[in-house]
Amino acid sequence: MPGLGASFGRGGATGDLQDLSNADVIVIQGSNMAECHPVGFQWVMEAKARGAKVIHIDPRFTRTSALADTYVPIRSGTDIVFLGAIINRVLTQERDFREYVLNYTNASWIISEDFRDTEDLDGLFSGFDPETRSYDTDSWQYAGSEEHGDEEEETERSSDSETGQSMGSGGAPVDHQDIQRDETLQDPRTVWQILKRHFARYTPEMVAEVCGVPTDVFDDVAEAWISNSGRERTGALVYSVGWTQRGTGVQYIRTGAILQLLLGNMGRPGGGIMALRGHASIQGSTDIPTLYNLLPGYLQMPHAERHPDLQTYVDSIKGKNQKGFWGNADAYTVSLLKAYFGDAATEENDYLFDQLPRINGDHGTYGQVMDMIAGGKIFGYFLLGQNPAVGSANGRAQRLGMANIDWLVVRDLVMIESATFWKDSPEVGTGEIVPEECRTEVFFLPAATHVEKEGTFTQTQRLLQWREKAVESPDDARSELWFFYHLGRRMREKLAGSTDPRDRLLFDMTWDYPVHGERDEPDAHAVLKEINGYDVTTGELLPGYTALKADGTTSSGCWIYSGVYADGVNQAARRKPGREQSLHAPEWGWAWPMNRRVLYNRASADPDGKPWSERKALVWWDEDAGKWVGDDVPDFEATKAPSYRPPEGATGVEALAGDDPFVMQSDGKGWLFAPKGVVDGPLPAHYEPGESPFRNTVYTQQQNPARVIYTNHLDEVHPSPPEPGSEVFPYVWVTSRLTEHHTAGGMSRFLPYLSELQPALFMEVSPELAAERGLEHLGWAHVVTARAVVEARVMVTDRLAPLKIQDRVVHQVWLPYHWGSGGLTTGDVVNDLAHMTVDPNVHIQEFKAGTCDVVPGRRPQGRAALDLVDEYRLRGGVTMATGSVAVTQQYLDGEMDRGEQAVAGGTAAGTGEDHSLIEKVLSVRHEIRSAPGRPEQHGVDGKQLVIGQGPREREREQREGGGPHGAGAEGDEQGRDGR
Amino acid sequence: MISANSLSGRLDDPARDAGHVDAPPRKGFFTDTSVCIGCKACEVACKEWNAVPEDGIDLLGMSYDNTGGLGADSWRAVAFVEQSRPVGNQTAPFTSAVTGRGSERLQQGTVAAGLDVFEEASRLGTGVPGGQPVADVAARESGGCGSGGSGGCGCDGGAGAAAPGTVGERGTAEAADEGGQFLGMPGMLAPAALPDRDGRQAVRWLMMSNVCKHCTHAACLDVCPTGSLFRTEFGTVVVQEDICNGCGYCVSACPYGVIDKREEDGRAWKCTLCYDRLRDDETPACAKACPTESIQYGDLDELRERAERRRQQLHDVGVTEARLYGHDPEDGVGGDGAFFLLLDEPEVYGLPPDPVVTTRDLPSMYKHMAVAAGAMVLGVVAAAVGRR
Repeated sequence: MPGLGASFGRGGATGDLQDLSNADVIVIQGSNMAECHPVGFQWVMEAKARGAKVIHIDPRFTRTSALADTYVPIRSGTDIVFLGAIINRVLTQERDFREYVLNYTNASWIISEDFRDTEDLDGLFSGFDPETRSYDTDSWQYAGSEEHGDEEEETERSSDSETGQSMGSGGAPVDHQDIQRDETLQDPRTVWQILKRHFARYTPEMVAEVCGVPTDVFDDVAEAWISNSGRERTGALVYSVGWTQRGTGVQYIRTGAILQLLLGNMGRPGGGIMALRGHASIQGSTDIPTLYNLLPGYLQMPHAERHPDLQTYVDSIKGKNQKGFWGNADAYTVSLLKAYFGDAATEENDYLFDQLPRINGDHGTYGQVMDMIAGGKIFGYFLLGQNPAVGSANGRAQRLGMANIDWLVVRDLVMIESATFWKDSPEVGTGEIVPEECRTEVFFLPAATHVEKEGTFTQTQRLLQWREKAVESPDDARSELWFFYHLGRRMREKLAGSTDPRDRLLFDMTWDYPVHGERDEPDAHAVLKEINGYDVTTGELLPGYTALKADGTTSSGCWIYSGVYADGVNQAARRKPGREQSLHAPEWGWAWPMNRRVLYNRASADPDGKPWSERKALVWWDEDAGKWVGDDVPDFEATKAPSYRPPEGATGVEALAGDDPFVMQSDGKGWLFAPKGVVDGPLPAHYEPGESPFRNTVYTQQQNPARVIYTNHLDEVHPSPPEPGSEVFPYVWVTSRLTEHHTAGGMSRFLPYLSELQPALFMEVSPELAAERGLEHLGWAHVVTARAVVEARVMVTDRLAPLKIQDRVVHQVWLPYHWGSGGLTTGDVVNDLAHMTVDPNVHIQEFKAGTCDVVPGRRPQGRAALDLVDEYRLRGGVTMATGSVAVTQQYLDGEMDRGEQAVAGGTAAGTGEDHSLIEKVLSVRHEIRSAPGRPEQHGVDGKQLVIGQGPREREREQREGGGPHGAGAEGDEQGRDGR
Repeated sequence: MISANSLSGRLDDPARDAGHVDAPPRKGFFTDTSVCIGCKACEVACKEWNAVPEDGIDLLGMSYDNTGGLGADSWRAVAFVEQSRPVGNQTAPFTSAVTGRGSERLQQGTVAAGLDVFEEASRLGTGVPGGQPVADVAARESGGCGSGGSGGCGCDGGAGAAAPGTVGERGTAEAADEGGQFLGMPGMLAPAALPDRDGRQAVRWLMMSNVCKHCTHAACLDVCPTGSLFRTEFGTVVVQEDICNGCGYCVSACPYGVIDKREEDGRAWKCTLCYDRLRDDETPACAKACPTESIQYGDLDELRERAERRRQQLHDVGVTEARLYGHDPEDGVGGDGAFFLLLDEPEVYGLPPDPVVTTRDLPSMYKHMAVAAGAMVLGVVAAAVGRR
């Protein structure tokens, strides 16, 4: 979560859910909290009962809106304009919490004179290179530190996200010693003045024009938010995947962070930013990551070229003269290596740092899928608790990718679509996958459910909660712990005696967990203890991460979790009822870091350590006791006085002053301006989504120039203005979830009690759109994009209304994405509609705004469905290059056509590498070729693309000319050809 | 033990009235619909605990209600009602949206596909998806078809097509205004549910978790010939599935349409207020699962006080439509053990506005019968005597 990480230092929700009840205003934007986080929503209702105003801003009136005081309909993808206009109001009317801003943010810092803003460059920041589609960030630095930009020698854009994602628990490094300040905020190069200029064009009028929100409604929200700030009052911001699943998602979060900093809402009761995570333990799976570019505790995954040894690696994290707790990165890293390798890791062998895997580019999910489709790079695939055939963007590409590898292991509760795609996916209907010849060997391994295994979940507020095993899992179903432990054990047995250097890692690893029971289940407590860490000289469990050392005497599997087994007690298993303790319930579970519930809570006191007000007191300095005290664990060194100033030349923790509340930041302050850590700009700027029916009226620049696209014929993007053809896809689609189902449906569609509550895939449309397109309530309709056509039942509802944008009417269509071919209730895969344009920081796909057409009636089946998609592609002039423009001005000037822009910077993957190929309209029809004995070609092979008129096209002409072939017969024919 | 008020009227302690000597305080539910988020956790928790079977996987199109009300296989059912009117203190969100038939590009063709989508949308959750509002029919039957009829009305499609958008609403409004036509049955179209469609500005979404009311005077229990239905020591009403013979008298006796026969086994089923959990001093499953404490369980007296405080609190912040339903011991069923805070007329949620225990008149009926029988006997005797 670099949006939060770069702003505050840690990429997690900044408070606990209970703390929402202290808020005077709660703004929920980019989240359907009542439906997707119903249990946490009780605290919003509690706040409302106490008199707080609840505001919900969303394209659709949801169950959250139903309970809010104010609901604001907004066009999807325009949140930066809305929030930017509030920031503008705060700045121009000087309604910020000035004392907070001056002391706790980088408002008075002076930025390099080389920096150019979007104001100067019409939508771009300085340093953009269209050849690599990425920014050189040197000019974004604090004055005097220009050489410390993010990029260093790295230019390959696909690696940017490595730096971005590692902001999960710690700000980006800067050299704090040379920072120049102007506390009067008058210097034109101060962050304050840059901010003022940057947001000046974000006005209420622009909100009306771009977001479709009338000025008086905007005024209401802005006033409610601003007036509930200052010493006596606070406001909380809640977002979830409505903000993150976008091509510019990180910048949405940055906008919210800037506003909350200006209003002094961070680190204070009832303030903060509640980042609601997508589902169970998603926070946990970034803390102890399932991501390719991170090690546990948000340590970067070592890079093949940049990190030849431990020292270089550690230095790159610590930075030069850096402040704060990343100064101890060596202790965190060495302790991790000690946990991995035990006694084998010694100072002499660099703690076996050499053994760690390395990365050298984009190995993210979507890049991997492209590689699978292209073939030859990826041969096997483990899927655990994931159903990409339904849940990931462009399900069609996902399934065709999975159909083009050697083996696939699916571990899940039920036979999900990702295990059965080879026999029942839509591609079987079209003939693109032939079950008898699909080369992928699928192994399905049943998994134990959450009640059949023990361990922890880390939920949305960084809280680890231990769960007990209630029942034994049936038959062959096993826990993840069992699976991985015994997989590793068996691999070691099979490789015993090997002298191959590549097998060294397996033998050096500590892999000796105690097992119990008939099934040899590994002891989950032992794993949690290993994560907590030991003093390896005494064997004692560590009390917390401040005890970690870089000399090889401590171990910890995840430094931020250190303390979860403090005093030999499983702190995550504590269950003292909430009614028996304070609001923050410190004895229920355990939150990282160090059981702190409200992060940066040093900021709840003024620079002298006194609470800003009685009403909003949380943590304060007790002069007599000489320590920080209060209702939460202080997120600060307990005995560091507010008056402490670091000595000359201090670094790391020692360099943090007594009024530096953002202890993970390299300068101790909250970042209004982010010189590092965000790869697509130090400040947020509004760009239209990757697909939009509207021209950006904020800047000439249409889309986020640094967004990542994949040029592949399976993933073509619709044109957006100023490119021609956008009118073919006039509506905006949004996908999200229902309370009654769970993500890709594996845990809900197969259960009768949940299936009956939402028994069919449907789409929500306004009565106005229904009238325009002749849609009938409860009838069928289909949604068409260049990727797929998806049918659903129609729900005509007043909860959606068309918006007036730039004097045009825009209709938004909403579909839940839970359905697939399996289970008690089946339906089309809605995410087939999506394209894989992803945020450059985190590689998250854009699910929340795309363009489409809506047609009444059922969709064509099999091959005819592809024909329909082809027809739309033809009409819209969709090619692999559409929607790929990086710099709009260059496109308008004819300086660099979109084909050139598309292939720039190594973006191209799969089939679009050849520049001459990607601009040919309909150069690629949906063709299926396979030859006997070459089953690997049932996937799509870029080398065999047909340019111009292919046999399918000839056939179509024949048919349109009165030929006898029906679509069904044709499909059968293709199928036979395949055999 | 039988008192004068055993069948109707005020009765403070139905458990004691039924013979439970050491009855604990009467238990019940207070369902505060103003904080219901429609998550349906109550429905699932109820089914999980009580092993209630699946109730059909059918898309009903009644907003998000796919349960379709209470029944033998759904003992909790969340109603969803979408309305084009504001919630007391909520700002109207669509003030500048281009809504209604008059908006751009929508001048023609609003009755596309033979249906008036505007009217369809405004019916979501009112129990008449895609069909004719019962009130419309009632209005037409009483006042003739001439002025009534909607786009979806089969009897005068011509009129509907000629002037789409106004006639349907007027018909309903008239039906409600005139009174009497509105039948007040579950599944009825609500009064004023169809406001002016052109330029709709507000929207609100009401959600209510419905359940058996556990009436003070429970007609289902009164008519049960086998003693399968009984009054528990907690004052609740429970069916004993091993005694029920499936006669179905209770089904027609319930003034709320709650108790229902299961197709598969012919027996009657309904909410037990988790009798087994209560006996173990546990909260009923639905209340336990409710994340926002919309469903509150406890001593009925205490719940009634809490509910009144909540009603007052809502009125104080401008939600003046908040009202209690089923809380009054003087009402037609002697007050409900499970009562509600509603944000609109009960009919909107499919609740009868003035339920009356269907066995209320049994005593007087029996009295009259006794008198008549006595007279007959006397007559016979007199005749016999006279003949002599």
